[in-house]
Amino acid sequence: MNAIRTLLAAACVALLATPVVAAGGGKEAPARQWAHSGLFGTFDRAALRRGARVYMEVCSACHGLRLVAYRNLMEIGFSENEVKKISAEKEVPAEPNDDGEVELRPALPADKFVSPFNNENAARAANGGAYPPDLSLIVKARPGGADYLHALLTGYKDEAPAGVTVPEGMNYNEYFAGNMIAMAAPLSEEAVEYADGTKATVEQMSEDVSVFLAWAAEPELEERKRMGIKVILFLLVLTGLLYVVKRRIWADVH
Amino acid sequence: MSKFQKPAWLDNGLVRWVDHRLPVFSFMSHELYEYPTPRNLNYWWNFGSLAGIVLVIMIVTGITLAMHYTPSTALAFDSVERIMRDVNYGWLIRYIHMNGASMFFIVIYIHIFRGLYFGSYKAPREILWMLGVVILLLMMATAFMGYVLPWGQMSFWGATVITNLFSAIPWGIGDWIVTLLWGGFAVDNPTLNRFFSLHYLLPFVIVGVVVLHIWALHVHGSNNPIGIDTKGEQDVLPFHPYYTVKDMFGLGVFLIVFALFIFFAPNYMGHPDNYIPANALSTPAHIVPEWYFLPFYAILRAVPDNFIGGWTTEWLGFIIFEAKLAGVLAMFGAIAVLFVLPWLDRSPVRSSRFRPMYKWFFWIFAIDCVVLGYMGALPAEGIYIVIGRIATVYYFAHFLVVLPLLAKVEKTRELPKSISEPVLGGGGIAAGAAAKPMEKA
Repeated sequence: MNAIRTLLAAACVALLATPVVAAGGGKEAPARQWAHSGLFGTFDRAALRRGARVYMEVCSACHGLRLVAYRNLMEIGFSENEVKKISAEKEVPAEPNDDGEVELRPALPADKFVSPFNNENAARAANGGAYPPDLSLIVKARPGGADYLHALLTGYKDEAPAGVTVPEGMNYNEYFAGNMIAMAAPLSEEAVEYADGTKATVEQMSEDVSVFLAWAAEPELEERKRMGIKVILFLLVLTGLLYVVKRRIWADVH
Repeated sequence: MSKFQKPAWLDNGLVRWVDHRLPVFSFMSHELYEYPTPRNLNYWWNFGSLAGIVLVIMIVTGITLAMHYTPSTALAFDSVERIMRDVNYGWLIRYIHMNGASMFFIVIYIHIFRGLYFGSYKAPREILWMLGVVILLLMMATAFMGYVLPWGQMSFWGATVITNLFSAIPWGIGDWIVTLLWGGFAVDNPTLNRFFSLHYLLPFVIVGVVVLHIWALHVHGSNNPIGIDTKGEQDVLPFHPYYTVKDMFGLGVFLIVFALFIFFAPNYMGHPDNYIPANALSTPAHIVPEWYFLPFYAILRAVPDNFIGGWTTEWLGFIIFEAKLAGVLAMFGAIAVLFVLPWLDRSPVRSSRFRPMYKWFFWIFAIDCVVLGYMGALPAEGIYIVIGRIATVYYFAHFLVVLPLLAKVEKTRELPKSISEPVLGGGGIAAGAAAKPMEKA
């Protein structure tokens, strides 16, 4: 028993040593229960498909997804033909032809998502000086992750609180650090038409695209959790057996 | 010598042939099999071998990652993401390595505090202890450089802040060191390249110092919870199977905790900003080092701007101290003071169990370190600065004032006559001799 108490104490020490992340400026996003949260969480497939549509029809006008390939969409239920159709809508530079000229060719499933702007300067020039960040890792790159993203997308206020002046070209958002965000509220009712008949409310689209971007940031999440369960179960059995062996070997000493 | 039998495999013909020419087998038998270990070690003694295992895990995963990583400012971030997305089980290897660094420090800090609590640094184990401090320093350098490699925002800005510390060294030496670390005049591609090279090198240097650490350990053997020397066979057990199995069980528990982080909270101990590619033009709101550096970071920031600058310029004339230098000296001093710990604590009694006053001061010191850690994570403003300064002063006071004084004023409890006495409830020698050798499975 003494031994177990000691180990518990060790575990407590480990947990106490947690990082304290300094908070930014905005309100803290309320924690939500996503289908992919928790030990056994998996992504909501229907939400992923809808979220992909929201990204491609709304977000991708300004935000890239440069670390994700079109082929990756097949991992979340898109068929090969669907993916080929999606990628073919974009163009990428081809290999130099026999005359040494670089022409554009339709993107293939193996290509990464084509970013909307060629470089940061072009992106800033088109967005009033602001730089729309690439969204491949946005869920991992913000404290609060998908909770934050959803809160941000639904956190726009038409009227800033009394005494706060919103500069030209800025918008008031409760959850953004410092509250002033260059991006205007990107989602409006029925901004996209969902193939599955779901009503495209701002809340719905925001949830869906948050799920989609959570997958974009952590495409390994489901495999990771599945493997984790097996590993932990194995280790529990192994450690239990080792404890029994230890007790037996030490029986003649105590 | 009944319970200290040589293992049967030493009788194998081939083993004997080799052993006669190069005695690796009898060496292993001597150091890992028959090696006499105090019979009363508790689970806090598991963390030494655990640290060794984590080091091996880090080297194996690190070598694998290096096969896929590209040390170039243009490609480093994306190559890490390629590992995460396209390399088979790349995410697993990287998360093991990334969380392994944190687990390594958890294990090492517990190992160090165990040494502090039970007085493991005292004679004749001073060099053993000092080698441990060298390992800690090497680990810190390795972890720092490893954190730079993914070339995220915290990588870049952490590297900028930490390398700039050296510029505080006067007489132009500091600037020379900084230029050498950077390989230029800013943190850039040459910096990343040399950090990658050194990050690959240092773990093997650590292995070397670990060998010396274990060598020094095996000269006098482990300390133990009651801190008195072993007096004979009744006080010790052969390392195998008693401590091999105990260490294996401890390893199992450790791996469960480790796996929980890897599979279910892989980014819990990291900073979200490091998933933003490095950008020299955009400084993060708060530059925070990894959690295991936070206490030292708090000490660095605790020194007031005009702490030494005012009087030393008059005192020493030509030496121009700056506040930054004082902060840097304090931070390195926090480690340096550990080197001389065996000579600061002159109490002849090792274990806290027989030091009623030291036991209290040990826990106050432990809390002080946690407070420093929290202050290191919080922005340096308002009350946090004051708390950080008090905690910093106490950190040094513990070593430089409390410990020397305790040795003089503390009335220690009476030590038991031998290890076997308290373990066996006074039954002593007879019961000790009854311990049978384990048969090999």
